[in-house]
Amino acid sequence: MCATCGCDTVTTKKASRQVVEVERDVLHENNLLAERNRGYFLAKDILAINLVSSPGSGKTTLLERTLTDMKGQCTFAVIEGDQQTTNDADRIHATGTKVTQINTGKGCHLDAHMIHHALEGMRPPGESILFIENVGNLVCPAMFDLGEKQRVVVMSVTEGDDKPLKYPDMFYSSTLCIINKTDLLPYVPFDIEKARSNVHKVKADLPIIELSCLSGEGLNVWYEWLLSK
Amino acid sequence: MHELSIVTGIIDIALREAEKAHADMIEAIELDIGCLTTIEMTAFDFAWRQAIKGTLLEGCTRIVNRIEGRARCLDCDTVFGLQQVYDACTGCGSHWIAIEEGRQLSVRALTIS
Repeated sequence: MCATCGCDTVTTKKASRQVVEVERDVLHENNLLAERNRGYFLAKDILAINLVSSPGSGKTTLLERTLTDMKGQCTFAVIEGDQQTTNDADRIHATGTKVTQINTGKGCHLDAHMIHHALEGMRPPGESILFIENVGNLVCPAMFDLGEKQRVVVMSVTEGDDKPLKYPDMFYSSTLCIINKTDLLPYVPFDIEKARSNVHKVKADLPIIELSCLSGEGLNVWYEWLLSK
Repeated sequence: MHELSIVTGIIDIALREAEKAHADMIEAIELDIGCLTTIEMTAFDFAWRQAIKGTLLEGCTRIVNRIEGRARCLDCDTVFGLQQVYDACTGCGSHWIAIEEGRQLSVRALTIS
């Protein structure tokens, strides 16, 4: 009998508390999709390169130079990630390269899901190099694998030479570091020795290419690196 | 502010597990967040408070295990704790190190009823 009012209603609500061992990586979904993208790239013999940097370090200019100078040597495609505008995609389009723009809106990084959809739409040609220009941000994109084979972090001499120490995760997860705008070295207090040493404090075996998209100095090393991958 | 994406990922995992077990409520969630990840806890807390509203996670107890960084030196084999990924080996000062702990970011367990 019910203790409260004396009625005969049975009030045995189940109270089975249980602990579920989940043990699941938070980025599991993203990583699965990244692997799917990676399989697609492998099957079509596409070299996917994720370009990351802070805003204004010269990613788009580097791409423009590369696409123009290497025209005829390789087939290229580009995915542009920006919060707003198609400005960068327009600049790439002007070089005659196939380009897709992803606007992340308020989002601060590209993820594997966005790349998956971009690929469905653009269908990049096989045996090509696909550049993915990430949102200019040295923090958030570090955690998100897109399925790329190479991650190239670009820093420029107009930034601090301590960038690698301030944003270690991005440098740690990259496979190449480019130091851009070296033509400006005589005019800025950037210590390139210190920058190199800081890069290698974060990742001892990270290769560094120093170049200038304006003077062309060092670009051949970058092109050789691309062709070797 | 990638913390919001991370929080959303955690909520998705938790709700899926709760649904699988036909749970009416989630009483507690236990997370492993390594100290070497780029998770800024203030931003994480802010995103968490907003994102759990109206879900089964609202009102649950959140337990966060901060996993300390640990690496092994590739030159002298010393195992040492590290606060930053650029810390040098405490044995020989080398930067040739392999990080073994501190980069985890996972949902360890849920208490449901």
